[in-house]
Amino acid sequence: MTQLQTAPRAGVREQTTPRKKRKRIAGWLFILPFLVVFLAFLVAPLLYAGYLSLWTKGLATGTTFAGFDNYTRAFEDPSFRKGLWFVLRFSLVVIPLQIVVALVAALVLDEVTGRLARFSRLVIFLPYAIPAVLGALMWGFLYSPSFGPIEQIATAFDVRAPFLLSQGNIFYGLLNVVTWQWSGYYMIIIYAALRSIDSSVYEAARIDGASARQIALRIKVPMVSSALVLILIFSLIGTLQFFTEPQILAPIANGSVTPDFTPNIYAFNLAFRYAQFNYASAISFSLGFVVFLAVGIFMFATRKKGSIFT
Amino acid sequence: MRYTKRIAATALCFALTASAAACGGGDDSGSGGTAAKPTNCTNKIVNEAAPRVLVWAWYPNMAKVVDNFNNQHTDVQVCWTNAGQGQPEYEKFQTAIAAKKGAPDVIMLEADQLVGFEIQDALVDLVPYGANDVKKNFSEGAWKDVSQGDKVFAAPVDGGPMALIYRTDIFAKYGVKPPKTWQEYAESAAKVKAAGGPVFGDFGSNVPAVTTALMIQKGAQPFVYDLADKQNITIKLDDQATKDVLSFWGDLAKKGLVGKEDQFTTDYISGMVGGKYATYVSAAWAPGYLTGAGVGNGKEKGKFAVAPLPQWDPANPVSVNWGGSAFAVTSQAADKANAAKVALGLYADEASLTDGWKTQTIFPLNQSVLKSGEFVNAKVDFFNGQTANKDIYVPAENAYKGATYSPFTVYYYAQLQAQIVKINEGKTTGEQAATDLHNTIVAYAKSQGFTVK
Repeated sequence: MTQLQTAPRAGVREQTTPRKKRKRIAGWLFILPFLVVFLAFLVAPLLYAGYLSLWTKGLATGTTFAGFDNYTRAFEDPSFRKGLWFVLRFSLVVIPLQIVVALVAALVLDEVTGRLARFSRLVIFLPYAIPAVLGALMWGFLYSPSFGPIEQIATAFDVRAPFLLSQGNIFYGLLNVVTWQWSGYYMIIIYAALRSIDSSVYEAARIDGASARQIALRIKVPMVSSALVLILIFSLIGTLQFFTEPQILAPIANGSVTPDFTPNIYAFNLAFRYAQFNYASAISFSLGFVVFLAVGIFMFATRKKGSIFT
Repeated sequence: MRYTKRIAATALCFALTASAAACGGGDDSGSGGTAAKPTNCTNKIVNEAAPRVLVWAWYPNMAKVVDNFNNQHTDVQVCWTNAGQGQPEYEKFQTAIAAKKGAPDVIMLEADQLVGFEIQDALVDLVPYGANDVKKNFSEGAWKDVSQGDKVFAAPVDGGPMALIYRTDIFAKYGVKPPKTWQEYAESAAKVKAAGGPVFGDFGSNVPAVTTALMIQKGAQPFVYDLADKQNITIKLDDQATKDVLSFWGDLAKKGLVGKEDQFTTDYISGMVGGKYATYVSAAWAPGYLTGAGVGNGKEKGKFAVAPLPQWDPANPVSVNWGGSAFAVTSQAADKANAAKVALGLYADEASLTDGWKTQTIFPLNQSVLKSGEFVNAKVDFFNGQTANKDIYVPAENAYKGATYSPFTVYYYAQLQAQIVKINEGKTTGEQAATDLHNTIVAYAKSQGFTVK
């Protein structure tokens, strides 16, 4: 957010003529609407949550100052660690999967033209246009052991379909929902990046004797790598904050989605079911810290390729 | 996953994660303004000039109940909102307590939730407002469930005496009789299964209140707690009774004699309709909810009957309860006397109670109904004309002694649910689950500042 500030460049002392002063006020006025909303709905709640996280309140005791006790407790809490481990594992599988699906779809759509291509693009993008809650509800129906088509198809072959939300399978059940929901969106980002490549590059490659496959892998993929980095970061942040899909599927998951399933679900339950707003704030900040760290590590690892962020 | 598209810079992710706890859940605060007159009522206000009391409740026939109250009162009017059934409503109430505003004046709460809110000073003692005047209308057990010592925190409306609902067609086909003891229950289950029949019942993880009731039936007393002695609590979840009950059901589930499905889901209801379960261990209000969900209609009509809950020791039968709600006055109520008038008077008139029991959405606790011939001798349609009230539910209610709940019922239920899931997955035994549950709850109580005995 530092780019927003209108700080003068180091060493250059600006002269405050009345005209410049007016200009500066105008600038502030322009960002004022954003600034008010930003401060009221982001910075203020954040500071308040940070303040809350430094206190502790037991049902039988009053509120006492805890300092950073809630944070040490959070990182020692098996529930928080278990949830964190789940989302990290989930990220490791879901992110490469989404990117491969999105990349392949984008490369294919970039090659083909015509009405079919436009239609396919729309269809692949469609799941993203469906609200996550509705998407999850719909998949809940598809997975249902009594009404779902999966079970009905399996019954036709006289076998029993696996319940994709059972404890052993929920990882894959959710993997499918999330990949379905987000791949189309990532596909559009990659596709847009592909469109912006100058076609003379392909022409040159073709004259050099490159095959279509070589053009795709050796030219297109490297040229959209910055878009891939962007997607990776979006995906990483989103997955570490995993909340909506498991929360919606919980009532029909036969207990597989525990109250501490992911860190965000845990924070939600701590605050609104167990009345522990202070500890929930600390859990939220701890998760924020982990997300920050994960993104930081990732950006450091890809700093040469990721031109947008460096 | 929702937030990703809004994120422009990585710094923001930090912000969004952390602010979830601080800014969420405020969307209902507008409806609960206690100082100003609540206006966004679901119902029609009959007497515009009278002061209004905002009520949160989810009874299926609430619209009628509210109209009855408003038509009969000129001095005060009910403004009703359905803020969710059970847990969703409690989450909103909990948020309002933390925010110190936004709570309704009167709130419908299940008996097992009361003490959790009482300890947060969120509810008002109704004795100064005339609670004891209506005490005579209720049984001892029902009154105990809403009381703490001399204090009374809610006016009881309905209860949930438990019994064994069963399918007569399945029982006839496999030649079994309603089991009188749990041993017979297990034997009948094995008999039906051996003959190729359906599962006998269900050990659902999402109804921990049922499992708790069954533990209490065997003699367990999970919690001893008195609000007057706020800091001290006795927790006993690793006793033999708890272990036995968890092992009993775990064993049935392991052998495939009962199902392992969560209840109240569409899958479960469709199983009830299709005769997938021979019995349903449930409360007196269940037929109303089942009928509403489409069970017992059409060609399924009249296939259900009810028998007393099986016992461990038939010589000393124990009656237990599941669910049942009451109206409490919140400490955020601006005019507590008016709020108390509503809490004590709402759903207490004859017309409302009659509508409630006739649709079987409530099992009324008011003695005027429990003793009325019409109620006692009613031939219940869902049970194919069986006089279920006289034979089963009224005796069960009269034998109910009340229960003591902990101030952290929600947390306890979540942990019990997790243990039942583990048992059903074959990852733990009933014995081990009881021990683990005990240790988890004791640790939690200590972390909340209780002295655990």
